[in-house]
Amino acid sequence: MVSFLRPFLAVILLSSAACGGGNDSKETAPAPAATVANPVDAATAGGLKGSIKLEGTPPPSQTINRRSDQYCEQLGEAKTQNFVATGGGLQNVFVYVKDGLGEMKFPVPTIPVVLDQKGCTYVPRVFGIQAGQPLEILNSDETLHNIHAQPMNNREFNRGQALKGLKYTHVFTTAEVMVPFNCDVHNWMNAWVGVLNHPFYAVSGQDGTFGIQNLPPGTYTIEAWHEKLGTQTQMVTIGPKEMKELSFTFKL
Amino acid sequence: MRLHLYAVLVAFSTAILIFAGGLVTSTGSGLSVPDWPTTYGWFMFTFPLDKMVGGIRFEHTHRLVASTVGFLILVLAVWLRLAEPRRWVRQLGYVALAAVITQGILGGITVLWYLPDPISIAHASLAQLVFCLTITIALTTSRGWKDAYSRRGATPDDRILQTIATATTALVYLQILVGATMRHTDAGLAIPDFPYAFGHLLPPTWNPKIAVHFAHRVGAVIVTLFALATTSHVFFHHRSRPELWRPSALLLLLIALQITLGALTVLTQKHYIINSLHVVTGASVLATSLVLTLRSRRSRFGTVAWSQEQKRIAGSKEQAPAYGLPMDVRRAGPIGTAGPIGPADPIRTARGRA
Repeated sequence: MVSFLRPFLAVILLSSAACGGGNDSKETAPAPAATVANPVDAATAGGLKGSIKLEGTPPPSQTINRRSDQYCEQLGEAKTQNFVATGGGLQNVFVYVKDGLGEMKFPVPTIPVVLDQKGCTYVPRVFGIQAGQPLEILNSDETLHNIHAQPMNNREFNRGQALKGLKYTHVFTTAEVMVPFNCDVHNWMNAWVGVLNHPFYAVSGQDGTFGIQNLPPGTYTIEAWHEKLGTQTQMVTIGPKEMKELSFTFKL
Repeated sequence: MRLHLYAVLVAFSTAILIFAGGLVTSTGSGLSVPDWPTTYGWFMFTFPLDKMVGGIRFEHTHRLVASTVGFLILVLAVWLRLAEPRRWVRQLGYVALAAVITQGILGGITVLWYLPDPISIAHASLAQLVFCLTITIALTTSRGWKDAYSRRGATPDDRILQTIATATTALVYLQILVGATMRHTDAGLAIPDFPYAFGHLLPPTWNPKIAVHFAHRVGAVIVTLFALATTSHVFFHHRSRPELWRPSALLLLLIALQITLGALTVLTQKHYIINSLHVVTGASVLATSLVLTLRSRRSRFGTVAWSQEQKRIAGSKEQAPAYGLPMDVRRAGPIGTAGPIGPADPIRTARGRA
């Protein structure tokens, strides 16, 4: 009889052992990246600047139903952000050097990039980070969130943050464009991060403009990524101290 | 009788659990609670109600219902062990308990491993087996089963019915496996229209998701044909047997409902309530087909019960129990004797209960 009950009791005991929390476990800070000298010569470095255009009329933003969480609902009306376009410019496009840097190694910043869960949305929605650089995920809301990253080449993770102010630090080890995040508690919350081995990336602003600085002279493949419209690439050659202009046009 | 009522309650609770599980998948809430067996660090049963927001409502509720059903099945297994004279029914209780514990562990693993398709599909498939086990226990502890449905004479030993009913049940389960694969590989809308497929009878283009979706539709047709064959056989040949025509009629009704819900699932873009009802109705189709199958094979169980109970309860060849035998056999007494045996039901006499 007792042995017959053992499996069930084991499950109950296992549950009880982990009892009593609500607090996120402390995360170990990532080991500092090995120091690498910056191979870019500031005297010859150039850059890119440009804009992302949207051709066509984007579908109107929809009001998000946030009734499943009273806290989120009371924050007021929220709209979908798939197409944020002002004056023909398209926001939240990730622009980066896809190819052309060869075997160059770049120092990895130790200052973390912060992804905030604020107002029941991710801030920022689209961003970049270097492989090895810490990503600090913060819950600024007085509700629960889970942060679920679903990469293809990096380690998947899903962390719960039950209380306001909790932080979780994660380090992506491999370059990957893009890694999606979502919150399974609030299914409207989405974010994307571009993980790169170099610092040459930017995200288009409200007017669709972007800029990439300190790019060594050379010929590069530049890619622009949008969450709904996919990717576009262009080749560009940058001479010494040259600031090249580049524009991408996404069509609906 | 109380044991039977309790077994019915357990089976009903298991159906509710399947519905709750369907809600988790349909709302995409499977990972809204990232930890297991805790919930955001809390012991499952102390998780604050005011924190049950968004997808957590579905996932945590599913865990609570699952724990409750697990406990109910534990009690059922213990009760069967204490009160049930038939060894194979007691063993069903143990198997149900082992299955529901395995099911809970699979549920935990699927969360901790971020919903891998094979584990999630196994979780969905085992849920149906747990339901089948509870249904079987509820059926075999019923008075009708124990009496071998003998009010109108012995249940016929109809080999054709037994074969097609068994095939129907197996096909329904196979269809549920395909459905689970479709759900967990996100192929539910791979074919976005109904009854056609991209406006054609056959999909003009193929990929794995379209294939599994289309297989589910073809499976529905096959299951319906087999169910029609089974129920037609019952209506033509066993109209006087309520234990057969009642589940047959119910099976037809449930299949009609299930096809409607399947169509609505596509047409409403997988509305989570419709989608979850489709899951639990599928389980009900399986359960009904299983009941019909088991009842069609009732006479065979009687023979098995005879030899087992003979050894366990009666202890002598002269006092073989009539329990579990068709009434005509019971009236005639043990094989080789002319008259009725002494006590009508030695088990009842011995234990004072049904």
